Amino acid sequence: MIDPDNLKYTRDHEWIALEGEVGTIGITDFAQKELGDIVFVELMQAGTVVTAGKEMGTVESVKAVSEVYSPVNGTLEESNGDLSSKPELINQDPYGRGWMVRVRLSDPAQVARLMDQSSYEAYLKQEASGQ
Amino acid sequence: MKYLSSGPGDRHAMLEEIGVSSIDDLFSSIPRELRHEGPLPVSPALSDPDLEHLLRGWASENLTLESAASFLGAGAYRHYRSPAVDAILTRSEFYTSYTPYQPEISQGTLQSLFEYQTFICMLTEMEVSNASLYDGGSALAEAMLMAHRLRRGACSYVSESVHPNHRQVAATYAQNAGIELRALPRRADGATDPEAVEKSARSGASSIIVQSPNFFGVIEPLEELAAAAHLGGAMLLVSVVEPVSLGLLRGPGHFGADIVTGEGQAFGLPPSFGGPYLGFLACMESAVRALPGRLVGETVDVEGERGYVLTLATREQHIRREKATSNICTNQSLCALALSVQLAALGRHGLPRLARLNAWNARQALARISDIPGIQREFKGPFFNEFVVELPDDAGRVCQALAAEKVLAGVPLGRWWPELNRHLLICATELTRPEEIDRLAQSLHKATVGGDGTGQVEARSERGAI
Amino acid sequence: MERSEKLLFEIGSPGRVGIHLPECPEEPDGDLGIPAQYLRTEIEGFPELSEVDVVRHFTRLSRWNTAVDLGMYPLGSCTMKYNPKMHESLARLPGFAETHPLQPETTAPGCLRLMHELEKDLCAISGMDHFTLAPSAGAQGEFVGMSMIRAYLSERGDARRVVLIPDSAHGTNPASARLAGYEVETVPSSPNGTIDTKALRGCMGPDVAALMLTNPNTLGVFENRIVEVLGIVHGAGGLVYQDGANMNALLGKVRPGDTGIDVLHLNLHKTFSTPHGGGGPGAGPVGVRSVLEPYLPVPRVVHGTEGWRLEEGYPKSIGRVHAFHGNFGVLLRAYVYIRSLGAEGLRQVGEQAVLNARYLRKRLSGDFEPAVTSDMLHEVVFSDHSFHDLGVTTLDIAKRLLDFGFHPPTIYFPLTVAGALMMEPTECESRQELDAFVDAMLQIRHEAEHEPQILKSAPHRTPVRRLDEVAAARRPRLRWRSPTA
Repeated sequence: MIDPDNLKYTRDHEWIALEGEVGTIGITDFAQKELGDIVFVELMQAGTVVTAGKEMGTVESVKAVSEVYSPVNGTLEESNGDLSSKPELINQDPYGRGWMVRVRLSDPAQVARLMDQSSYEAYLKQEASGQ
Repeated sequence: MKYLSSGPGDRHAMLEEIGVSSIDDLFSSIPRELRHEGPLPVSPALSDPDLEHLLRGWASENLTLESAASFLGAGAYRHYRSPAVDAILTRSEFYTSYTPYQPEISQGTLQSLFEYQTFICMLTEMEVSNASLYDGGSALAEAMLMAHRLRRGACSYVSESVHPNHRQVAATYAQNAGIELRALPRRADGATDPEAVEKSARSGASSIIVQSPNFFGVIEPLEELAAAAHLGGAMLLVSVVEPVSLGLLRGPGHFGADIVTGEGQAFGLPPSFGGPYLGFLACMESAVRALPGRLVGETVDVEGERGYVLTLATREQHIRREKATSNICTNQSLCALALSVQLAALGRHGLPRLARLNAWNARQALARISDIPGIQREFKGPFFNEFVVELPDDAGRVCQALAAEKVLAGVPLGRWWPELNRHLLICATELTRPEEIDRLAQSLHKATVGGDGTGQVEARSERGAI
Repeated sequence: MERSEKLLFEIGSPGRVGIHLPECPEEPDGDLGIPAQYLRTEIEGFPELSEVDVVRHFTRLSRWNTAVDLGMYPLGSCTMKYNPKMHESLARLPGFAETHPLQPETTAPGCLRLMHELEKDLCAISGMDHFTLAPSAGAQGEFVGMSMIRAYLSERGDARRVVLIPDSAHGTNPASARLAGYEVETVPSSPNGTIDTKALRGCMGPDVAALMLTNPNTLGVFENRIVEVLGIVHGAGGLVYQDGANMNALLGKVRPGDTGIDVLHLNLHKTFSTPHGGGGPGAGPVGVRSVLEPYLPVPRVVHGTEGWRLEEGYPKSIGRVHAFHGNFGVLLRAYVYIRSLGAEGLRQVGEQAVLNARYLRKRLSGDFEPAVTSDMLHEVVFSDHSFHDLGVTTLDIAKRLLDFGFHPPTIYFPLTVAGALMMEPTECESRQELDAFVDAMLQIRHEAEHEPQILKSAPHRTPVRRLDEVAAARRPRLRWRSPTA
């Protein structure tokens, strides 16, 4: 189980946990609640080069499709195979068994520029009041 | 006006409620200069009896398949339709409803479409079917586009023995999608050549498109074609335009087809001058997310009761917009219902018998016509209920002459293949009667050889040798 | 009422048949000359049913559908109007139903005449110069129209890449433009759904082939600056396509061709009363200005020395889009509709459709929040904004309406309105029917305030209750399978 406190976050509601040069990526609890019941996940294959801010997959609810963007530059090493038969893992355990991909970062320093837990929470509050 | 349920009193009360003084006020948002003043220049209105008289008059000007001896097929077939089909299709609950967006009050449509999908899967021996497309032509085009989404090839190949109209529709769609659609030539026996298929598949094609039984009536060697396409790295897409054949022949899925598409009109729909018909499209489960069109799935309600819903809708235009698998919205639901009712009535034993009757009658017709001097079968591969014969004369002229005697002898091929201008595509179904075959043979005899067709050949005085 | 009916494949028993076919004579060699590996002896899973079984099965299923003939069906943008019964009997006349698309044209003058007359009347109603009847539905009409624009521009040596589409448009618009080979750019609309002309100017450029617009738009509002919009697009060398899905609002009042648009499709199953059939068949004829006439699909109905015939010799045509000549049975119904109404009847249809929609808005506005304040025509859109504090959504309102026997409005469309409820009553509804619908909506408002749980768990009186669409999508079961297989 990953501790949300030690994660970094994007404005598009992805999280990343860095271990060495490999980052594990998923979508946040806020994002999964917004999307509702997730019924299908499509992720790029291992070996794909991903770019920060560019699409690396999609998640679908019954009536919507949302893109998932990579928080970092790097190469996709592995995607979570369990999600093809159990997409609901993202709803049930977004920071654990609902992880989506592991990416080998080309520039691990990129992660430092993302939001930490408290800035992300502040960002969510600000977004909510903005609406 | 009989379709309005408002009288002047109603209108007055409603205008008053809205707070405007006239109907014209309701249109004040439309700039004056854009409004059409005066009556529309349409044909004048007719009373009910006059309108019915007009339409009956036009109907009576047409030669019908009931009043003629008809041997027309080529993608539109006259078959016996169970009276149950129209009894169900004319139920308001089916024909005056729309796409089942609200499943709780659309279970009739949804369950019948689920049954339709199952029927298509069983017929074609495929795993998944969508809930219908427009017709065999656009279904073929959609299948081609689907194969292209899955394989991203540079081109697709379509056999020359695929229905030429369907090929033309596919070409219209291919042109705009940037897909190069190339032709595969026919073999002497009318079938598609597996060697040519393999070679074409190797050139980076996403799909090889064939039809079986093909346009010339010939049953394609699907197992060899599938192997050849797969060896070359392409998908095999099989179109079935006369699906009654599937009462006799194994489904294309059995032979390794990747996508099966076709025309479902033969099951429960009248020829109706070409439409509305029914396009079907089936694939394997692994390809379901590339499928165009609506899909019905089984689920349960909050009390655990079985029910049906539209599902996997994120493929569709109302959600994915320009990234959708197709632009289709309204499809041919009522036509799909006709197919289900007809197949339910035919059932496990009726469909095979129906198919055998078709094959039998076609063989009777072929045998009878082959006795006429100068007429022989072209494209001699195994066939179902259609075959091509070569006449000693221009087939179009012969057909025109025979039509005057209320014999619709078949479809002349010259309009699509100028070199086959003496060739005629003939179809027989279970409705073809022995005496109609006699009439066809006699009139063909008279028109080509001369004489009365009863056996005595008269001197061919007016025409030179062919 | 029974709440479940087994599937066809789960009923019946060995030996039952629903059609009595003649015996098939045995072939001497038994194989019909077809190699054995092609043959099947039976189809796995096919049912064995009597005619009684079949008719009862489908009749029972039919009772679980809501339909126009049962009551008001205010599905916005779909124009669920009454389907006249005369059309059904005339379409089934053997003189039409039993004609073959490939019989010699000289033997089907009645069919061809009808198609020609329909083309002529559609031109008269819409102000367009020419029509094709080939497209099978509105979306295919859009594809045809955009393909023609593409062919026309290519011919002019001016291939353009982009099509502009307002954010309030039907999803078919972007999907059709894409299918015709274009990239789609979204134009934001102003708050009342009309095109933001400033934004449009910003989007226009030498790469824009066309603007697709819906008029009146999906909020029911007439594009009153259409002349300016046309000027912007035409001025930059682009064409304007009008989605005619909302033509019911304009019948007899505005001819889109007179406003200067280039291409228009009509949905015969909407404006011209042909039945929706549970989702089709429809027909989507496309009208064009003369300049686009050479690009119309083939075949076309023409009159020559030998009478009516179908002509395919148009070298600039985009080609064929239908296996034959269009959904003839649908075309016939639309023609009968036009002839039974005439100019006066068509005008009354448009007027009453608008009157009914405006009446609905007036009566509901106190309790539901209209999405726009400007005058709309044939349909009215509400948002669920005023229900947010009650924890009630558009979906709950729609599901509760089912309990009152009404088909709900279109929901969550257009996408530009949060929790949209889009109502199109059509001209067919009487004041009493509209009032009954309003009463149901007001009751729902009352329940939302006092007993929201009734809405959350609705529907209560339908053959099935709220269905689990999530489970259906996660693990799709798309066909019946034998439990023993």
